[in-house]
Amino acid sequence: MKFNLRAPISTVVAMAVGLIVLAGYFIQLPLLTSLRRIFLQWGVILAASALVVGVVNLLSVHWRKVSTQQKGGVYSAVLLVSFAITLVVAGYSGPTGGGTMWIFRYVQIPIESSLMAILAVALAYAIARLLRRRTDAFSIVFAITVLAALLGLAPILGVEIPGLHGPDGLRDLLARIPALAGARGILLGVALGAIATALRVLMGADRPYGG
Amino acid sequence: MGGSTTLGLAFVLLFFVLMVAFMVTGRRESGRHLREIRAFQCIGRSIGLAVESGKRLHVSLGRGSVASSTSAPGLVGLSVLERIARATSMSDRPLIATSGDSGLAILSQDALKSAYREVGALDQYLATSGRLSGLTPFSYAAGALPVMYDEESSLNIFLGNFGAEAALMIDASERGGGITLAGSDSLPAQAVIYAAAHEPLIGEEMFAAGAYVQAGPAHLASLRAQDVLRWALVGGILAGAALKLLGVI
Repeated sequence: MKFNLRAPISTVVAMAVGLIVLAGYFIQLPLLTSLRRIFLQWGVILAASALVVGVVNLLSVHWRKVSTQQKGGVYSAVLLVSFAITLVVAGYSGPTGGGTMWIFRYVQIPIESSLMAILAVALAYAIARLLRRRTDAFSIVFAITVLAALLGLAPILGVEIPGLHGPDGLRDLLARIPALAGARGILLGVALGAIATALRVLMGADRPYGG
Repeated sequence: MGGSTTLGLAFVLLFFVLMVAFMVTGRRESGRHLREIRAFQCIGRSIGLAVESGKRLHVSLGRGSVASSTSAPGLVGLSVLERIARATSMSDRPLIATSGDSGLAILSQDALKSAYREVGALDQYLATSGRLSGLTPFSYAAGALPVMYDEESSLNIFLGNFGAEAALMIDASERGGGITLAGSDSLPAQAVIYAAAHEPLIGEEMFAAGAYVQAGPAHLASLRAQDVLRWALVGGILAGAALKLLGVI
């Protein structure tokens, strides 16, 4: 029988480091605070190293797609060539050099802006689809609220609609009372869920590190 | 230690005590009833169908860095990923996990590997099954789209920290005819998910995922602790409002 020694060791290390960082946040002892700072610095260094591993993973996924001639392999080839060009340009001119900034300004920003434009269309389509798929009271309230929020953003063709625009209009009322109350309620639930998740990791019940 | 720090520490300790108490008492209870959430009922059905029809499953873990305050939803996603990897280990097409953070991508590979190892199906594991699809919000979304379009995944699960870019991924999933289950901790993403996803998870529902996919007794215990503390918070808020109204505070 093979005994996996890595699992208990990694679990103990993760729990100990987690507890020290948490304790260092709440209890202001010099030893705890400095240990906490050191562990957080290590975390930042590890995250930076993970970035290199992540990029290698990204390249290997796309290289595999190109070499095995999978569907969409052309786009993977474009990604690999673009990566090589960007690496050469950024390596030569530096991260804030002219060439790098040109790529950023004239390639990356336009592409991401186009995706953002598509996003607006995707969202409008999603609301139409929602009403077709789930025609219940919640969906109708959601659609009406979205409509009121959009129309109430600014005067329509320069004309303010009474009751919709302005500081006492429907849009302002929706944003100030029900939307804010709902958002706070959701955020409280999310915060409780986040604490529960963190405690499970600290207790070793959840082991996202494969231990 | 300041007043708010003490209160914070007391809250975390109380949460911990409640979780341990519910874990101990939960062992003696059999089959605790969980509220029905359509999205989680759908997961089991869709996994079975996907395995039977030889279709792929895709889990997207968002772009919350593991070293930041947005890591919790990604960790929930990893628990679900591990459970689904075990359940689909007999599938012809291995599960794919995409993420927008390199740390999360490495953890997804680790979760897949340990899940396959535990069920004795390590040959199913491919390093390319846990992928970093992009590092900016839109490059992450753009990188995840081919998994839904080209690799024809029939169930797409989005559990993690997303922004509005989730709409593009969910749209791709729905157009591809797949079932979409999505949850996030961010408010803009939740609005988008409510409108676009087939099975949305709102608020803390996402954090209950582990309990619904039977990831262990700690998940059930934490869910019960959350319920108790939620009611305590509701009581505190209402009491505070009443005292304010009466001019006491």
